[in-house]
Amino acid sequence: MRDAPDLILRAEGITMLYPGTLALDNVNYNVYRGKVNVIIGENGAGKSTLMNVLAGVQQPTSGTMLLNGKAVRIANTRDAAALGIGMVHQELNLSENLNVAENIFLGREHQSGLWPIDQVSQERIAAELMARLDQPISPRELVSNLKVGQQQMVEIAKALAEQADILILDEPTSALSKTEVDVLFRVIRELTRQGVSIIYISHRLEELMTIGDYITILRDGRFQAEARVGDIDVPWIVREMLGGDPVTTFLKPGRTFGLPVLQADHITCVNDAGHPVVNDVSFNVRAGEIVGIYGLMGAGRTELFECLLGSERNYLGKIWLGDLPIATRMSTANRIRLGMSLVPEDRKKSGIFPASSVAVNLTIASLWRRLQHGFSIMRRQEEAVVASTIGSLSIKVSSPQVEIQALSGGNQQKVVIGRSLLTNPKLLLLDEPTRGIDVGAKADVFEMMVALSEQGIGVLFSTSDLKEIMAVSDRILVMSNGRLTANVERQAAQESALVSASAKGF
Amino acid sequence: MKATNTAILAPLTGGQRFRSRENLLLMLLKLRTFIALFLILGFFTATVPGFLETGSIIIMMKHISINAFLALGITFVIITAGIDLSIGATLGLCGMFAGWLITHGIVLPMFGIAIFPSVWVIVPLVLVLGALIGAVNGWIITRYNVAPFICTLGTMYIVRGAAMLLSNGETFPGLDGNPRLGNTGFDAIGAGSLLGVPYSIWLMFILALIIAYVAKRLPFGRHVYAIGDNERAAELSGIKVKQVKVWVYLISGLCAALAGIVVSSQLVASHPATGTAFEMNAIAAVVLGGTSLAGGRGTIVGTLIGAFVIGILADGLVMMGVSEFWQMVIKGMVIIVAVIIDQMQNRMQHKAAIVSQKIIKEENKE
Repeated sequence: MRDAPDLILRAEGITMLYPGTLALDNVNYNVYRGKVNVIIGENGAGKSTLMNVLAGVQQPTSGTMLLNGKAVRIANTRDAAALGIGMVHQELNLSENLNVAENIFLGREHQSGLWPIDQVSQERIAAELMARLDQPISPRELVSNLKVGQQQMVEIAKALAEQADILILDEPTSALSKTEVDVLFRVIRELTRQGVSIIYISHRLEELMTIGDYITILRDGRFQAEARVGDIDVPWIVREMLGGDPVTTFLKPGRTFGLPVLQADHITCVNDAGHPVVNDVSFNVRAGEIVGIYGLMGAGRTELFECLLGSERNYLGKIWLGDLPIATRMSTANRIRLGMSLVPEDRKKSGIFPASSVAVNLTIASLWRRLQHGFSIMRRQEEAVVASTIGSLSIKVSSPQVEIQALSGGNQQKVVIGRSLLTNPKLLLLDEPTRGIDVGAKADVFEMMVALSEQGIGVLFSTSDLKEIMAVSDRILVMSNGRLTANVERQAAQESALVSASAKGF
Repeated sequence: MKATNTAILAPLTGGQRFRSRENLLLMLLKLRTFIALFLILGFFTATVPGFLETGSIIIMMKHISINAFLALGITFVIITAGIDLSIGATLGLCGMFAGWLITHGIVLPMFGIAIFPSVWVIVPLVLVLGALIGAVNGWIITRYNVAPFICTLGTMYIVRGAAMLLSNGETFPGLDGNPRLGNTGFDAIGAGSLLGVPYSIWLMFILALIIAYVAKRLPFGRHVYAIGDNERAAELSGIKVKQVKVWVYLISGLCAALAGIVVSSQLVASHPATGTAFEMNAIAAVVLGGTSLAGGRGTIVGTLIGAFVIGILADGLVMMGVSEFWQMVIKGMVIIVAVIIDQMQNRMQHKAAIVSQKIIKEENKE
């Protein structure tokens, strides 16, 4: 509060128009010199797009940028770097086979003509940067030998090596442990003291309250609010983030549920690094019930689904499907035959068979149900079931023989859901079922989930969107850092409580 | 949820409208292996006198059948995005094993006797050996996560070495057997014929039919394609990926053993170096037939036609008197052109599919 706010960068009227969607709508954004400028908003609020505009990755449809009061044009990332804007992306972009100094100077090596790279000067500067970041890492250390937190520091060093005045950190803590976060925060404070302005994106509210100086909130591609962090509290942020609009629900009142179809007891799964990604999670799903898991990226939702389906069998704890105990060693194939099915999160990587037709994509998981004398595929029945599934899920496709990769994301997702349904599941697992599909298709998917639950199927789905979780869950689980931090009926659920539960334990 | 079927009826008519120049081109591209086959046939018929006589056709098809056995076997492997370099060596070892069984019999030193099995025992034994080699390949690849290229490169050397060891590098001659030992008849596989068509040609077509049936109508075939298309999705769909892969390599070894039997029977002798570099011809036939080395795409008919194109090209050039060196150059060029056209087709197909989807969207809006 000592110094008067001093703007280093101001973005005015930034608008970003994609075919069909308005990602940013006339956004004004201030970055204060030597401060930690926090930016927050739900998924799809436009944070990443705005940052990409600042860092020159994308060009805005309209709007101007003022750096130190002068209008500038940032046509590409090189321009941004020349103006002193550096960005550390959420995913690390390091070459693991090279050492720290080589990574820092990748693409702009100290070298001219046919002379070899001046390793001495590169390593000297790299060592200086590491000292500045308070990291006892040798410039000659291979990046693959570093921990994730240290790799993050190398990324920051990379940005600083270009004399960045403004450093954009996109969810830098999502892969860090508690102690690594403390180190990062110390480094951030040190950098701001040196006059570097930080733009900090994160979903973790406690973190923002600790590190932030100014906070900007985006909602649905619009500027929502700006404040000094000292003047506000967490409930205010949640209110501004979500807005006051009533949540529409897809659920009719008076829903009834049957016996549990899934019972998970003390599921624990440890990753290769020895970190418990799923930590002592117990819950159940009843027949006809929709249970939603809310949590941020890396909260352990996907890992939990993998344990349930048995594609990850390195877990502790017990699973019951109905009244059948599922042995830890049981294969995915057998679990599917017993009535469990998963719609995976990353459609492209683990959902679709891109070069195969829609028909093949639909029936591949349930061929065992359509065998003649337990041997060959009954073609008539297969065709019939493909046609009826395309009809009932209203998949828009000219012929079942079209390759699935020609379909839109929403239709691809319907095909993947249809594939799961054809296995006749008692329990349907959906990991982020609305990721990367448009609003209309989202509503279709939700209606589909409700209709399935009315047929007595237990539905367990995950999302990182609060509105979605409130719209279709009978019961809400919240996961944070591998733990189950809340398990509440929807009627009793409060949005701010869910948000703070999702940020516990980091 | 209770959407009516009109939603799918409308798009069907929309798809019909997408018939134009592009579609004709696509059709031609899809049939390109057929077209190539007929072009080559036409060319040689015009330039080589007596090219289309029954005798020369049968000889050509006999040559083709050997490569076709290998190519049909390796097609599944390639569709799963794998490769099997050991099939040529397996062919060699299996021929040698048959030769060894006929020449030396199964020696039982503790009784001081040797049992000479009949052909009806020898053939299954050799097939089992080939299947075993394939299964070991598949087991190493899936159990220890070794790249198929490396693993089968290793087994290629091991198997070839074993073939040499079996006879110390010598040839087993005179595989027609000895009537007194009751093991005659092995040479009939290569020399015999039914309705004037040699057994090996019948075998080629029967094998192609069986493999095509497996590919189209059995869950196993679908699983093979699914694994090549997206292995992770296959796993999450409940496909037993490792098990399928072991079977795929087993089939490849089995087909190589069949080829080994036919070759040594045709020659009435087995030499340990037989089949050297045959795997390359087989891979060429598969790729020529439109199967993608990246996995997920390919047909059995395509492989068969690919084998025909390569075989006819080789024999035709010989009949024309083109030097062996030029033959190699021409074969190499044909393979590269085929793959370039394959890439073109994929891109066009993708574009066409997207266009037809767009038409549906627009119609739905109306």
